[in-house]
Amino acid sequence: MAKIIAGVGTSHVPAIGVAMDEGKTQEPYWKSLFDGYGPVRKWLAEVKPDVVILCYNDHCAALPPDTIPTFALGVGDEFQPADEGWGPRPVPVVKGDPDLAWHLVESLVLDGFDLTIMHQLQVDHGLTVPLSITCGQPKEWPFKVIPIEVNVVLYPQPTGARCHALGRAIRKAVESYGKDQKVVIFGTGGMSHQIHGERAGLINKEWDTAFLNDLTANPQRLIDLKHVDYIRDAGAEGIEMIVWLIMRGALNDHVQEVGRHYHVPASNTAAGLIVLENR
Amino acid sequence: MSTLKEIKDELNDIPGTYVFTKERARLGLHLNLFFTSLLKAANREEFLRDEKAYLAKFTLTEEQRAVVLARDWTGMLRLGGNIYHMSKLGGTDRKTFQYMAGCMAGMAQDDYRAMMLAGGRPLAGNRSKAEQKPAS
Repeated sequence: MAKIIAGVGTSHVPAIGVAMDEGKTQEPYWKSLFDGYGPVRKWLAEVKPDVVILCYNDHCAALPPDTIPTFALGVGDEFQPADEGWGPRPVPVVKGDPDLAWHLVESLVLDGFDLTIMHQLQVDHGLTVPLSITCGQPKEWPFKVIPIEVNVVLYPQPTGARCHALGRAIRKAVESYGKDQKVVIFGTGGMSHQIHGERAGLINKEWDTAFLNDLTANPQRLIDLKHVDYIRDAGAEGIEMIVWLIMRGALNDHVQEVGRHYHVPASNTAAGLIVLENR
Repeated sequence: MSTLKEIKDELNDIPGTYVFTKERARLGLHLNLFFTSLLKAANREEFLRDEKAYLAKFTLTEEQRAVVLARDWTGMLRLGGNIYHMSKLGGTDRKTFQYMAGCMAGMAQDDYRAMMLAGGRPLAGNRSKAEQKPAS
């Protein structure tokens, strides 16, 4: 039986990827951010998942403005890094797991989650930066990846409660898969940031800290947050954090935090990371 | 559960913020399709060779063309542009998200960068238009 054993929540700031691609991680601006990623890389290398279900949002790179799925799942053999306007990132092609992905599609749709099925999906920084953060710069990514893309760009985004329920259904789907597979689930985006308008640059460390604390201690508070709570208090683009609730929903009620990192700023953004293991 | 009207009022109460709502998505569809076209390197080159001629291929209003040509980022937001779509124009210009954010914040680039290094823009005073109004 396949099993989800842990979850990772992380920001996916594009500038973090650029800093790695351009060899700037030891520069004073970036050093303390990247130093904080050492433990999660070690942890993930020891866990050695077969598959990562990577929940993220596309930033209008793979999905044009005329087609906006609320939830989409990539069933392809592989996913090419997207050109986001400045050329694709120089990172390995992401290998999929079509067999498990199609199993998830069938189980999730029968369970009432009518997600969009993507044979082809170019993956932007939302998916590749979390891989870089947690794996460094290998020649090939050390596990297969099933992308789950969430609309966080256009209001109405799915509610946090719906994201959490999708996580529950993903867990059920994984546990009904016949093959023995070790699965880790990622929820990515955030943390507090706003990159548009006169209010650009908003950061809310207290909000982020409470969010990280409550992922373990009181997820129900987070499930009950409204769209406007994120947009107002964590910045308009901080609403990406609803995606972390898919990850939380796929874990046990009881989890243990085994890693955390928080750093301001990564460009315009508060960069956060948390590792949760099932207990 | 809030009514849709209450939700809209709350979203509109956030200062300096252009939530990408259905109204903005409709207003900005063709503007955002233009930005999307810049995902292809050949289109970026064609656009930079003759911006006006390239923009003529899209169903844009005169005002939308003008804000693109002027790189008036806040103007693009006002006319239905979405920041993630707009970032493709930023990328075409070899500009970063931080550059665009500084422009929209109305700050010099060094000042914006310094604000971020000092912990970012605080929520206090920036949370609500209603809270910003002096007490009567």
